Order: sequence, then structure tokens, then C-alpha cells
Amino acid sequence: MRRDVLTGEYFTEGDIACAEGAIAAGCRFFAGYPITPSSELAEHMAARLPEVDGVFIQMEDELGSMAAIIGASWTGVKAMTATSGPGFSLMQENIGLAVMTETPCVIVNIMRGGPSTGQPTKSGQQDVMQTRWGSHGDYEIIALCPSSVQEMFDLTIEAFNLSETYRVPVVVLGDEIIGHLTEKLVIPNPEEIQVVERRKPLERGNYSPFSFNPEDVPPMACFGEGFRVYATGLTHDERGKPNMSPETQTKLVKYLCDKIRENTDKIVKYKEFMVDDADLAIVTYGSPVRTALSAVKKGRKEGLKIGLLKLSVLWPFPEKAVKRVSDMVDEILVLEMNYGQILREVERIAGLGRVRFFPKFGEDLHKPSEILKFISRCGK
Amino acid sequence: MNGLIEAGVTHPLDKYLRREMIPHIWCTGCGNGVLLNCFIRALRELNLDMDKIVVVSGIGCIGRISGYVNLDSFHTTHGRPIAFATGVKLANPELQVVVISGDGDLFAIGGNHFIHAARRNMDLLVICANNFNYGMTGGQYGPTTPLTARTMTSPYGNIEHPFNLVHLAWASGAVYVARWTAVHVTRLTESIKKALGKKGFRFIEVITPCPEIYGRYNRMGNALEIMKWLRENSVIQHFTDPSKVDIEIGRKIVVGEFVDKEKPVFTDLIADLKRKVKDRLEAESKRTLTKI
Repeated sequence: MRRDVLTGEYFTEGDIACAEGAIAAGCRFFAGYPITPSSELAEHMAARLPEVDGVFIQMEDELGSMAAIIGASWTGVKAMTATSGPGFSLMQENIGLAVMTETPCVIVNIMRGGPSTGQPTKSGQQDVMQTRWGSHGDYEIIALCPSSVQEMFDLTIEAFNLSETYRVPVVVLGDEIIGHLTEKLVIPNPEEIQVVERRKPLERGNYSPFSFNPEDVPPMACFGEGFRVYATGLTHDERGKPNMSPETQTKLVKYLCDKIRENTDKIVKYKEFMVDDADLAIVTYGSPVRTALSAVKKGRKEGLKIGLLKLSVLWPFPEKAVKRVSDMVDEILVLEMNYGQILREVERIAGLGRVRFFPKFGEDLHKPSEILKFISRCGK
Repeated sequence: MNGLIEAGVTHPLDKYLRREMIPHIWCTGCGNGVLLNCFIRALRELNLDMDKIVVVSGIGCIGRISGYVNLDSFHTTHGRPIAFATGVKLANPELQVVVISGDGDLFAIGGNHFIHAARRNMDLLVICANNFNYGMTGGQYGPTTPLTARTMTSPYGNIEHPFNLVHLAWASGAVYVARWTAVHVTRLTESIKKALGKKGFRFIEVITPCPEIYGRYNRMGNALEIMKWLRENSVIQHFTDPSKVDIEIGRKIVVGEFVDKEKPVFTDLIADLKRKVKDRLEAESKRTLTKI
């Protein structure tokens, strides 16, 4: 029997669904440092990885965890780490290294309230912009945002697939509510799970480990395969050789950004609920999707023409989806558990003045009744 | 040198270097070249499979070494080569993983990774080029700068106590600890060979001259004079008590081997753990999530 895909129906929590999604996607290396509310994920990986010939290591800090998964990835193994806000801050340094060296890897951030130590055991969504801009320099990154236990499983597989396809670190942005929520999880049969394997170079002769062409993300030779690859965090040419010229810097930075930007349509995921005839659309992501959907259903019964746009990919930002919805409705309401992060992106697309904002600062979700009350005040 | 290459003149060590990366960036008289030389000579003398060796370096002058060796190699962020190398070794225990980096990289910004990799007995060889200062950034004091030494950030003399790296490695659990200088070319090469033949966390400190920066601020003379000084001011005393080999101005530098022992290696312990789990699973008929 297969021990990597535990096909069946379960009643389990988001952190564990995420770990199982990673293993089903082929992850065989996990390095992490304990932190609430993501520790259950590490605990589950510690139990499960040895069963599938994988390795779990608890590192001395998140700086080391992030460095270790990049090392494992360059040695040909799909690798992941998991953390929460304070640890995610420490990982930013080497997330930049993973971007620069085009290293596939997955970082799970089960968000809690901040800043600083903040609310370790409570939920928040305050790391959205840190995910996008947290490491220094110009870059693009992919971030997926689950709002159910099932999505923790499904989107973690997607995270590994995107990471291998575009050779980029991918962040799964969960939050404490989704991480600790227990509900139904269906793990499908292995043959129903689509897994992207790493592309390997065919010949050693003229192999370039890196690229300047966003249409052509190169295959990745790994340590021990005889290619004698060299990678550096310095600005480099396609062969990996450090090169400080403005031409090389321009080509490299454009490529690192454009390989994501130009593939935005292939990467983004979102869901629309009842937006076609709506006067007002709620735009949200993560756990607030759950109460927002209740509010939409309840509001519709009361005759309110409201709909919902759920963003499952936050970065690259699904501009077209937001534009399409904003063109259909009079008003947009952004719900998030921070003081206005995705709000800025939505305002950039929909225009200032048409976008309302209902923040929560951490811990509690927007209750459906609160959302409807807020909407009833919007029109006045 | 380029003229020689064009003329087709070869050297027995050529295959260990990436020709396209040469000339290197190091200053004339820098000890890093000696260290690189000793390292690739050790590889040649052991006739190791070059496809199974990985060199990982951090940031600083010696950090560029990963680009010069014709091996799988990675130039990581500042302080992180040991953590990166840990991921490499665990992902493929068949690889011989060597970290070569500087005193600031390994013991200031990366100090935490050093002590924990040593504690775990991670199967890595770590070679530290100790030039007593941050050379690449222009010569600031670091964790190994001797007391009273002058640097750009200790213009009145260093008032911080330095690490005794031999003692630190011993206390952290390294199974092999040695210290040499750039004048001990044969002994250093033999030491690298010996360390490559051992398993577990192995550490070699190499005192490297920095004539252009640290040497200049401390009026140590030119590169040749510093090499002569190192020869006259170092003494081989194998297995001296590690706590007694601090490097102090006005005192001879004690070099030699200080630790050479065996203890269970992390990668072997992981392999044992996997075997146990596999046996347990084979005894069970079906594994599901709910059983965890």
C-alpha cells in the first residue's frame, strides 16, 4: 500500500491537512522551528516523513530552517518549512536567496496577530504584504490562501506544483483559524492527484542552470548528479557566474519578476459566488471567506444583492478577476484581518471611492451579522 | 596566466578549478589561495569522486571559494552555509559536504548554526579561514579579532574578547578539531585529508594572512613578512587542552590536532530511525491518519 497518499475521508485539522498535502505532493524534507500556531504541522511531519523515507529536522531557528530547505531542494528533494509571523520575518533573508537562485520550495505561514510577538494563539492576516515584499530587492513570489481544511491539502499540493514549474518559493498563507480548524478532509486516490515533478536537464554539455527568458524557466540539475552546478546569491549570468554589470542586473531582475508576471493568468485562482447580478461584491480570502459566504447567503434571503469574490491566490495579485467583478458592481467591500493590506491592491484596480473596508485586527472573525450591518450602513 | 591557458599549458590541479571563474578576487598575499590549494590537493591525493563532493560557502572574501572549485557548490547568504549544508547532507547522505567560510560568517552572524550542527554531530567538514577581521567590508573587528588589535571599527584597539575557536568547537561537540596556519601547507593538507576520511562534525581553523587590510592596520609588514611571522610565532602542540589555546597578541599561536574521537553521527541516527519506523509499519496492516 502507498504510505504517501493516505486516501480516505478524515475529520482533521488544517495544519495536518497541509502536512498530508505536502507529502502527497512529494515533499520529503521538512526543516522547521517550533512556533504557535504552526507547530502541529511540524509535529505531524516529524511523525510522517520517516514513514515515506523522508527527513524531518528541527533547526535552531527559522534562518536555519529556510537555509536548510534550500539546501535540500538543490540536492533534488522537494522541501518545505512552516512557521508563523515572527519566524516568517526571520525567513525573509533566505526567501530572497531562494528567489535569486530559482529554488523550488514551499513556506507555510500560519498567520497570527502581530506586530512582534503579538497574539501567538489567535488568528490574523497581517503578513500579506510581508509575503509580497518582505525580502529586500525586486522580486515576485507566489502566495496561496486556503480557507478550509480541504484547501489546506489541495493548495499545498498546488504550491509544490507551482514551485517546481516556475522555480520559485511559494508561500501557503494560512491563518490560525484554518490551521486549527477541524473539519472534513477527503484525500483522493493517488492517481487523481496531479503532481509536477522537477524537470531535469538532458545533457551536461551546454547546461545553463539559470535563465533570462521568462518563457523558458530552465530545468534544474541538482548536487550529486554530475553537473557541477554553482549557484550564488550574487547577481549572475545564465551559467551562474557572478556579474555586476548593469546589463546583467537588468536582465536578471526582469526575468525573476517576469517569469511570474507573464504567467499570472496561469497561476491565479479565485471563486465567485453570486456576483453576476450583485450591487456589492465582498472581496476576501482565508478564514473570513467562511463568514463572508454566510453573510452573502443570509443577505440574499433578505433581498440584498450581494456577492463574493474569494481570492485563493494573493500573489501574483489576480488583477483581472478583481477588475471584472468591480466593473459589474457598484461597490466593493474588502474584508481582511488586518488594517488594510489587500485593500490597497483592490483600490488600485477598482479605484478609490468605490471600495469599502471592514477590518478586524486579529483573533475574531467578521461575524455574518456584523458584515450585513456594515453593508446596510454602506449605502447611506 | 591567461597566456598560459591559451598556449594550452595545463596543471595537474586544473580539473579541480572552474577556469571561467579565474582570476580570483583575492588580494596578493591573501591566505585564501593557500587554503584553496591545500583543499584541492587533498581531494586529488584522496582521489575522491568529484561528482559526490559539495562545497558550500557564506559571504566574505573566502565565500568566493565555492565559485572557484569545479564541484557542485553554493554561495549562500551571510552566516548560513552550515544550515544550507545541513539540508544538502540530509537530502543525500552519500555526498561529502564541506563548508568553507570565514570567521565572521561562521562565528558572528552564523555562530548559532555552528554550535548546533556540532551538537547534533551533523556529518559536515567545516573549514574556517580566520583572518581576524572582516576583510571584504574593509577591515572591521570580528569575533576572532585579538584584544588590542586595530581595525577600522576598533581604531583605539579592540576591547572585545575573541573566541577561542578550538575550544568552542570542542565544547560544542565536534569529533575532529584542528588548527593550522597558511604556512603549514603540508600539515593542513594532511589534516583536510584526515578530516575527509572521518564522519561527523569536523572542524579545521586555518589562520590566514590578510596583508592588505588587517596586516596593514596592525603594521605586520608585507605578505612574506606575515608568513615568516606566522612560522616563527606558531607552535605545534597536538592535543593541548582546548581551553588553553586562546590566540593573544604577544603569545605563540598553538596549532595542531586537538580532538579526534568518534560518536554517533546524525545521518546514521536518522537512518536507524527510518529503519525502526519501517519495521513498525510492516508489522501494521493499514496506516491511516486517525492512528497518529
